[in-house]
Amino acid sequence: MSELEGIYAVWLREAKIYIREKERLISAVISPLLWIFGFGAGVGTTVASVSGFSYQMFIYPGIMVMTVLFTSLFYGIYIIWDRKLDFLKEVLVAPISRASVFAGKMLGGATDAMVQVIYLIIIGLFFLNVPFTPLIIIEAFLMLLLISLAMVSIGLVIGANLTSPEGFSLVINFVMWPMFFFSGALFPKSNLSPWLAALTKFNPMTYGVDAMQGIILGINHYSLLLDTAVLLVFTAMMMGIGIISFRRM
Amino acid sequence: MVIKTEALTKNFGKITAVNEMNLEVEEGEIFGLLGPNGAGKTTLISMLCTILKPTSGRAWVNGFDIVKESGKVRKSIGIVFQQASVDDLLTGRENLELHNLLFEVPKAIRKQRIEEVLSIVNLEKRADDFVNTYSGGMRRRLELARGIMHHPKILFLDEPTLGLDPQTREHIWEYIKELAVKECMTIMLTTHYMEEAEQLCDRVAIIDYGKIVVLDSPDALKNSVAGDVVKIKQKIPDIEKIRKLEYVMKAEEKEGMLYISIKDASKHLQDLLSNTGPIDFVEVRRGSLSDVFLHYTGREIREGEAEGGFWERMMKR
Repeated sequence: MSELEGIYAVWLREAKIYIREKERLISAVISPLLWIFGFGAGVGTTVASVSGFSYQMFIYPGIMVMTVLFTSLFYGIYIIWDRKLDFLKEVLVAPISRASVFAGKMLGGATDAMVQVIYLIIIGLFFLNVPFTPLIIIEAFLMLLLISLAMVSIGLVIGANLTSPEGFSLVINFVMWPMFFFSGALFPKSNLSPWLAALTKFNPMTYGVDAMQGIILGINHYSLLLDTAVLLVFTAMMMGIGIISFRRM
Repeated sequence: MVIKTEALTKNFGKITAVNEMNLEVEEGEIFGLLGPNGAGKTTLISMLCTILKPTSGRAWVNGFDIVKESGKVRKSIGIVFQQASVDDLLTGRENLELHNLLFEVPKAIRKQRIEEVLSIVNLEKRADDFVNTYSGGMRRRLELARGIMHHPKILFLDEPTLGLDPQTREHIWEYIKELAVKECMTIMLTTHYMEEAEQLCDRVAIIDYGKIVVLDSPDALKNSVAGDVVKIKQKIPDIEKIRKLEYVMKAEEKEGMLYISIKDASKHLQDLLSNTGPIDFVEVRRGSLSDVFLHYTGREIREGEAEGGFWERMMKR
């Protein structure tokens, strides 16, 4: 019971701070808008259609994944700030396990990401005419939550092992961009050159994007079961490494 | 014994921050660790609070081993850190509410505890304001309130008044003294302010280079080395003659002034002045912990040095 309350306390702090930092809320809306209406609409004028969808529609599930990916990974930087300012010490000396501290932080990061997902669903529903049904929305939400938990864990692992925010930005860029570019979020996975195809196969994000394209557009490359299984295993691994990193902190 | 250490040691690479320290703190004491920045005070406290693992040696807090029973240690202690660790974007009350959840205060008494500690530190009226509108002293008070809310057996205070103005400092001292009496808490604090150690502590350990140089009550420490200091100006001083007087502990000439340490000015001042002959100037002051520190370490403690202590902070990482 007390561990659950500990997790709740850590999460509550994150959620309250997120709501009060207006900059974070605003940037959460703006960056996905730029991708959909800036990038998607622009490239869409030169690409006729992909798998029977407009380019803008085709990248919509990928942009959802990307938004979750970026927000979740970058969330790890707050751990570094917390440590610099001693905020984290109060939590680290509390009589709750490090696994609970990790869980609270992870849920806090996932909350940030899922608030963005809600924005994106609203945009998709009212401005892009994405074929949403209540079931699709629930499935998409759960899948994105799973992706978010995995990515927040990676961010927290990196954050827990580094001490400077600059170092964090550098490392995270090497993780974030390859994961995004080699995931099939911006291009279809058929007709890829062999080296690119191999890269996408080893990228866990590929399965996230694939699942989302399947759920929303019905054009998945792998089965939804395989996608979910790969992501579950990957998330569990990252959470394990995360808890170990927090124990050493 | 509430706190006990046996040859407790912490190395950071080649630097030994805490060097085979042996220490015993009794229940209900206010115990001070006095030393310059980088002496190892914060490292010692961090080990006792289970934030840092010792390199070697053992220690018990409230009877629990700090390595093997760190969970039980954590439940017995409250901590106020050197740097502010309250959340700016939360209100004072919200900070306390989170602490209640983290430190397992039973649900039924949470509200009451918050009111209790807020009134102890006089923050009732500002409890619902964001912490980023608080002054430095108010933050410190909020942290004190938070540190005692789960009724710990032992309260650790790491430089509780660092960077505060003298008036606020005295207020904080009042709160700390009150706590020790009201809540029957054992308090261990670090400081590099002599005055703070003198005002607050039942016993003081002077720490330098990771070792305890001397440990006793502030009064005993002062009597053992300093006594009273008489400052005299004379045209032709006769130091040798003064040094031969049996109650004179030390006599030195510095910048044209003669500094004479005697055991008790009220008994010996008259006799001393009759032995010195005519003088142009005289001043008598009580010996202070600064004199004690100088005596044992051979150097002055640099009070009011730049915030925080660079080495101590580096070592905590």
